[in-house]
Amino acid sequence: MNTNDYLAANFRDIHGFEDFYTQSRREFFKRTGGGILVFIALNDLLFGQEEAGRPRGGRPGLPSDFNAFLRIGEDGRVTCFTGKIEMGQGPITSLPQMLAEELETPLDTVDIVMGDTDLCPWDMGTFGSMTTRMFGPALQAAAAEAKVVLLELAAEALKVPQAQLVAKDGVIFDPQNPKSRMTYGQLAKGQKIERHLQTKPALKDPTRYKIAGQPHTRRDAEVKVTGKALYSADIRVPGMLYARILRPPAHGAKLKSVDTAPAREIAGVQVVQDGDLVAVLHEFPDVAETALGKIKAEFDVPEATVDDKNIFDHLLSVAPAANVLNQGGDLDDGKKLAAKKFESTYLNSYVAHSAMETHAALAQIEGDKATVWASTQNPFGARDQIAQAIGLPAEKIRVITPFVGGGFGGKTNNAEAVEAARLAKAVGKPVHVMWTREEEFFFDTFRPAAVVKINSGVDGSGKMAFWDYDVFFAGDRGAQQFYTVPNHRTAAHGGGWGGTKGSHPLATGAWRAPGNNTNTFARESQIDIMAAGAGFDPVVFRLNNLSDARMVRVLKAAAEHFGWTPAKAPSKRGYGVSCGIDAGTYVAAIAEVAVDAARGTVQVKRVVCAQDMGVVINPEGAKIQMEGCITMGLGYALTEEVHFKGGRVLDTNYDTYEIPRFSWVPKIETVLIKNNATAPQGGGEPAIILMGALIANAIHDATGARLFQLPMMPDRVKAAIQKV
Amino acid sequence: MTDTISFKLNDKPVRLKVDGDRPLLWVLRTDLGLTGTKYGCGEGHCGSCTVLLNQRATRSCLLKIKDIKDKEVVTIEGLAKDGKLHPMQKAFMEHDGLQCGYCTPGMILAAVSLLKFNPQPTEQQINQGMEQNFCRCGAQTRIVQAIQAAAAEMKGSR
Repeated sequence: MNTNDYLAANFRDIHGFEDFYTQSRREFFKRTGGGILVFIALNDLLFGQEEAGRPRGGRPGLPSDFNAFLRIGEDGRVTCFTGKIEMGQGPITSLPQMLAEELETPLDTVDIVMGDTDLCPWDMGTFGSMTTRMFGPALQAAAAEAKVVLLELAAEALKVPQAQLVAKDGVIFDPQNPKSRMTYGQLAKGQKIERHLQTKPALKDPTRYKIAGQPHTRRDAEVKVTGKALYSADIRVPGMLYARILRPPAHGAKLKSVDTAPAREIAGVQVVQDGDLVAVLHEFPDVAETALGKIKAEFDVPEATVDDKNIFDHLLSVAPAANVLNQGGDLDDGKKLAAKKFESTYLNSYVAHSAMETHAALAQIEGDKATVWASTQNPFGARDQIAQAIGLPAEKIRVITPFVGGGFGGKTNNAEAVEAARLAKAVGKPVHVMWTREEEFFFDTFRPAAVVKINSGVDGSGKMAFWDYDVFFAGDRGAQQFYTVPNHRTAAHGGGWGGTKGSHPLATGAWRAPGNNTNTFARESQIDIMAAGAGFDPVVFRLNNLSDARMVRVLKAAAEHFGWTPAKAPSKRGYGVSCGIDAGTYVAAIAEVAVDAARGTVQVKRVVCAQDMGVVINPEGAKIQMEGCITMGLGYALTEEVHFKGGRVLDTNYDTYEIPRFSWVPKIETVLIKNNATAPQGGGEPAIILMGALIANAIHDATGARLFQLPMMPDRVKAAIQKV
Repeated sequence: MTDTISFKLNDKPVRLKVDGDRPLLWVLRTDLGLTGTKYGCGEGHCGSCTVLLNQRATRSCLLKIKDIKDKEVVTIEGLAKDGKLHPMQKAFMEHDGLQCGYCTPGMILAAVSLLKFNPQPTEQQINQGMEQNFCRCGAQTRIVQAIQAAAAEMKGSR
C-alpha cells in the first residue's frame, strides 16, 4: 500500500502494525500473520556515514539498532517501511525500484510506507541528498538478504540445491525443471522469519539492472494530477478546528498587552492564550483569520540596527576565527610564483525556501496519545519536539508525514507541528495550523547571508600558483577547491547555519545544497577572473588546472554537448561555465545568456549540464532533478533576496519576492555520465550549486562586467556594466 | 451574514447556506471537502488555488462565494470524466509535469483554460499563459512539454 492510499484508508487495514513497538515481536508476528522481515542498520560497518553517532530506535520492544525494514507478506507483496519522506524528489518511485531490482520481484508488487513514526524505524530526516546515496544501499542489502532467505526456503520446500535455483519476477524456480517453482507469497506463507543484516551482502552488478536504471512513471503522479494526493493541510478529522496565531511584527518583539475580547464576539470562535502563544480557532480557517484581525495587541519591539544593507559588514565584524579545512604548500611561495594576483570578495543575501506548500500540521490528542500530521522533512525530530512541548513521552506521539509540498531544507524546524499540538492540548479538539505566506516568510530558516574572500594567483603559464580562501557563515560544504594548486589554504569562519550568537538577525537553516551555492559562486567566479586575467579561455583554463578525472570528464562532456569553442572572455557571446561537487556528485554546466544592458536584465537562454552521480537508479528522475535545480537556481542567482530592517521582514509575499517563472526558464539539456564504478550519489541538490557563477560568468562574457554579489538584480547588473 | 448560494460545481448543482463574503478557496477546502485546490499565497500571485470559473482559470483565494452565484466551477477533482483522466492530466503524468505536486492542480487547470482559448499555443504563448502559476520545484520544462503534448492530443477538441 502506498503512502497516499494508506492515508486515505485512515489506517484501517494496517492496524496490525500499530502495536508493533509496544508488543513483543511474537505478538507482532501473530498480528501480521507472519511473513519474512529483514531489518537493517545503517551503521558505520555496513554503510558508513548517514546515521553514525546518532541515537537509534529507542522505542520499547523495538529490535535494537535498525533503521529500515522490509516485509514480504503471505500475499507476496513486499513493503518497505522508511522514515524518509516524499517532497517531490522522487524516492516514492526510486526506492521501490532499488528494492524490486535486488529482490527480483516486479515493481508493482512493492509498496512503500514513508515518514510514519509508528510504522517506520527511526530516521534522521530527508535532506543532504542522502536517500538514494545512503539509505538506498541499505535497502538493497535488505532485499538481497531477503532473497537469500527465499532461496533457502525454496531449496528446502522443493528439495533442490539452493545453488541450482533462480529468483526472477517474484518466483523461485529450478531452470532444469520449470515445474519446480514457488512464488514469494507461497514461500512466505506460515513463516515467521526475522533476519538482521550483519554483513553487507553481495549486490547486483548495475550493468544487469532491469528495473533500476530505467525510467518509470512516478508512483505519485496519478494522485497528484487528480487532486487526490493528501498534504498535511488536507487531512480532515471530525471536530477539528482551524487556528490562526497572533504573530509579532518583528523578530525579537515581546507581547506587551493583548485584548482578545473582540475576537471572541464572533460566533464559534475559541481563543487560546498559553504564554506567548495566542491563537483564535474556528471551524473555518477564514473565520479564524477574520477573528485574528480583531485582536488588539501591543508588542515591545527591540531596536535592531542590522538590515539587509549592512549585514555583510556586521557578519564580518562578528565572524569567528578561521577553521582551516585544508592547506598545502606555502602561500608566500605561491605569491612569489604568481605572475598575476587577484583579490575578491563575494556576497550573497538571505534567501527563502518558499516551498509552494506553507508549513502545515494537524494535531489530534486522544487520551494519552497524540497523532500529528505534519509537513516535515524529519518526522522523528518533530515527534521529539512535540513530546517535549506537550509533556507526553515520545512513544505516545505518532507523527505521520503525508506528501510534502516542497521542502528544500526548510521543513525541519517543526514549529507549526508544535503549535498545532499545543493548541490541540489546550482546546481538547483536533487543531489544524497552516501558516500564511506572510508567516512563511517571517519564520523561514533562511539560507544564511554570507561572505567569501579569495586571494589567488596564476603563474606565467596559466597554472594556478596559490589559493587562499575564507568563507564566512556559509559553512564548509563545497568550500574545498578541487583544482591542482601547489600552495593553498581553505578556511571556514562559522558553521553553515545558525551562525554564532549575535550573528544572524534572522533564523537560518539548510537551503538546497547548503553552503555549496555560496562557495561555488565564489570559487567558480574567481576561477573565471583568473582565466580572463591570464588570457585563457575559461574551459581551457579549468582543464589546465584539473587532474581529478571525474571532474575533467564531466566538464568535457558539458563543453562538448554545448558545442564550446574556446575564446578569451569577454567574448561577447554571453557564454559562461561553472563546475562543482556536491553530495558525492560531480556537475558542470555551460550557459548562454542575453543581457539587456540598459535595463540590467538577464535572460538565460540555454543551459547544458553534465552530471556524474555514479550508478543512476532512475535516469529520468535524475534529469528532472537537474532541471529543477537549474530552474530553482535562477532565483537565487537573479532575484531572490530577503529584505529586512528593524527586525521586520519586508518581503511578505510574491509581489516583492520573485521566484522563477515560466518565461525565465532556459532551454535545458542534461547529460548523465555513465559511471557504474561509483555507487549511487546525490541527485536532488548538486546542479543548483552551479547557477550563481554560471550566470555571473556568462554576464561577464557578454558585457565584461563582473558581479560579486547575489542576487544579480538589474540595478547591480547595471552598476557593474557602468564600471566596465 | 448568511446567503443561499447556488452554483454548479464539477457538473453538479450545489446550494450552500453560507456567508457570501467567504473566499471560494476556503469554502471548497473546508465546507465542501475538496482539498485538491491549494492555498499558496492568499493574494492571487502564485496560482496554487486556480479553479475554472465558466471555463476560465480563476484564483479562488480572491473570489467571494457570492461572486460565483449561478456560475460553473470546476476544480481538479471534477476534471476527469466517467473515471477517464482529462488529456491534460494524462500529459502531466506522462511527461513528469510535477514533482512535489502542490502546484499541480492549479497548473493543470490553468493549462486547460489556456488551451480552451488558444488550442494550439506557441511555446512563448504557453509561457505567457502560465507565467502567473508558480512551481518552486522547477518542473516548468516538463510542464511546457506536457501542455504541448496535450494540445497535440486534443487538437482543439475542448
